[in-house]
Amino acid sequence: MNNEANCTACQSLGTPEQEAQLHAVIEESKSTPGCLMHILQEAQAIYGYLPIQVQKTIAEGLGKSLSDVYGVATFYSQFSLTPKGKHRVSVCLGTACYVKGSDKILEEVEKQLGIKCGECTADGLFSIDSCRCVGACGLAPVMMIGEEVYGKLTPDKVKGILDSYREEQK
Amino acid sequence: MVNLKINNIPVTVPEGTTILEAARLAHVEIPTLCYLKDVACVGSCRMCLVEATGARGLVAACVYPVSEGMEVKTNTEKCRKSRKMSLELLLSKHKKECLACERAGNCELQRLSTEYGCDPNHFEGEPLDHPLDESAPYVVRDRDKCINCNRCVAACKKQSVGAIGPIGRGYNVHVGSAFEMSLMESVCVGCGQCIVACPVGALKERTTVDSVWEAIADPEKKVVFFTAPSVRATLGEAFGLPVGTNVEGKMVAAIRRLGNVEVFNMDVTADLTIMEEAYELVSRIKNGETLPMFTSCCPGWVKFVEQKYPDFIPNLSTCKSPQEMFGALLKTYYCEKNGIDPKNLYVVSVIPCTAKKYECTRPEMNGEVDTALTTRELARMIKTAGIKFADLPDEEFDNPFATATGGGAIFGATGGVMEAALRVAAKLLDGNFEVVDFPEVRGTSPIKEATYSVAGVTVRVAVASGLANAAEILDGIKAGTRHYDFVEIMACPGGCVNGGGQPTLPDSVRNNVNLKGLRAKALYSADKENTLRASDESPVMAQVYGEYFGSQGSHKAHEVLHTHYTANKRI
Repeated sequence: MNNEANCTACQSLGTPEQEAQLHAVIEESKSTPGCLMHILQEAQAIYGYLPIQVQKTIAEGLGKSLSDVYGVATFYSQFSLTPKGKHRVSVCLGTACYVKGSDKILEEVEKQLGIKCGECTADGLFSIDSCRCVGACGLAPVMMIGEEVYGKLTPDKVKGILDSYREEQK
Repeated sequence: MVNLKINNIPVTVPEGTTILEAARLAHVEIPTLCYLKDVACVGSCRMCLVEATGARGLVAACVYPVSEGMEVKTNTEKCRKSRKMSLELLLSKHKKECLACERAGNCELQRLSTEYGCDPNHFEGEPLDHPLDESAPYVVRDRDKCINCNRCVAACKKQSVGAIGPIGRGYNVHVGSAFEMSLMESVCVGCGQCIVACPVGALKERTTVDSVWEAIADPEKKVVFFTAPSVRATLGEAFGLPVGTNVEGKMVAAIRRLGNVEVFNMDVTADLTIMEEAYELVSRIKNGETLPMFTSCCPGWVKFVEQKYPDFIPNLSTCKSPQEMFGALLKTYYCEKNGIDPKNLYVVSVIPCTAKKYECTRPEMNGEVDTALTTRELARMIKTAGIKFADLPDEEFDNPFATATGGGAIFGATGGVMEAALRVAAKLLDGNFEVVDFPEVRGTSPIKEATYSVAGVTVRVAVASGLANAAEILDGIKAGTRHYDFVEIMACPGGCVNGGGQPTLPDSVRNNVNLKGLRAKALYSADKENTLRASDESPVMAQVYGEYFGSQGSHKAHEVLHTHYTANKRI
């Protein structure tokens, strides 16, 4: 089974503010038919992802099974089941970037951070995702960190860029 | 009414009828995989695609409504090619262990693949190496045999349990529990309705047939079997007999031929359950204790209350189920009487149920039943032993647990426990009460209600089968809109006759025959033919109370025949 279901940290609903926000969203939307998508989007905005306890709270609030909620959460790529880092690294695997070798960039980011695409570092600083085209094909290959775009990348440039965020942290 | 033609055969059907239903009236069979009458109808497997005038392209007959003047062709080259392609695509992701698969010879995918002349290796999918989910003592799930028809999901949802659902998207979509939990960690109650809904071998009971064979071969062990009320009404189906055939005599003969075993009648402890439960009901009413009282003989229902409605635990009767009462009776009274060391007595119950496999592993039950076999597993043992079932003579159960009342027999159908309990409870309230038929609580309606007055006491009763209906009753009681004194719940729709451990019949039968009704009829006939109707008339009851328990609800009876439940809230 997924470790998350047994992880005690995941059994909480975050800060009291987050918990209150989640309950408010459920209360205000639950009588609207088809409200699950909206609630999941709002919940993800509150928590950054959709951990098991959040999905259980939504399921109970709507009188649905956890399977129903989880089915929707895993159907749409906009929802994440894993936490996101403070700095979200997003490597473009769209056609233009891909032919310019963005798969090598992704590999290098994974190597430097010691995690796989879709995961978050233990210190919560970085998470990696892939995306399809950020509209900067002229700069291919491209990755984004937060709202910042880095273009014309080569694998050897990756470490320096990540280090600049680590520095900022200190 | 709407007039249409199916393969040039004219039919007239009510408006809103689907092409699939209309085809049945025209005696035309359209193949299906994801469709299951009363359970699932989503049009996703694309097996039932047909040509219909007025429609663009092929349409799914199971969901497409008929219209006036429509002409449907079910057997054109276009239809056949499309179905064959769909089947070959399904086979590309299917673990083809067909030689020794549980469902070999009784698999919808295998049957259709043969009928359509499919090449099982036409398309090659990704390698299949997902582990089996063997976490639960009642069901095993093999994701690599699953064809994503979602019939199990529909069955689980219909039970208002929702332990499984579709996960992910596209090629990676699969059926599983939320967060990839194992079934044992999920909200699953073990009813096994998913198993009887599955068209392939992706779901089956966790079999314990080998342990039984081992015990039979062990010279140190004395092996005793007992069979649940509904097994006599369904076992014959596994040997090709018509649905609703009572095979009690052949069943006893077959088990006896498995080895040196004794065969007892579980209707006896159904009677015993009634003796205790009716007494408990009357005590609760007279002493103003927690009401309504709920029956507790169905372990899927008990697990459902513990997990989803723990506030109602005090309402559950403390009586053990007939299976566990039999285990307890055998390991105490029977062993003491016959000088047997309980360690050397191996108790096998044969039940129509997968949740009973879980029940006998519950710590509260002290291992009194060593293992529980489903009707399907017993059928397999009989086949392995080379016993010609149809040629067997009718034989009688072994004493001292052979004779039971009609009240015990009807335990296997929804309303049966209620009726059997009323027969005895009414007599406890009024010694001269003689009515034994309570037709208001019979039949396969999802929820039945009645009110009876005996000796100045009014008893409001309800009977529900299927957990969604049970939930409706519980929510109603909680909301103050429903008021009862005694409620019977069976987890499976129709009761044990439609249990998750019963023979899996082909879709061609399930979609056309009223399984619940026909099987239940066999039990009600047995009740009617029995000279003993109410459980307190049974000579075996006189014997066990006289020799061992003393009176109903005695200290000894409580020690051996009653239990308790534990809240285990799950979402």
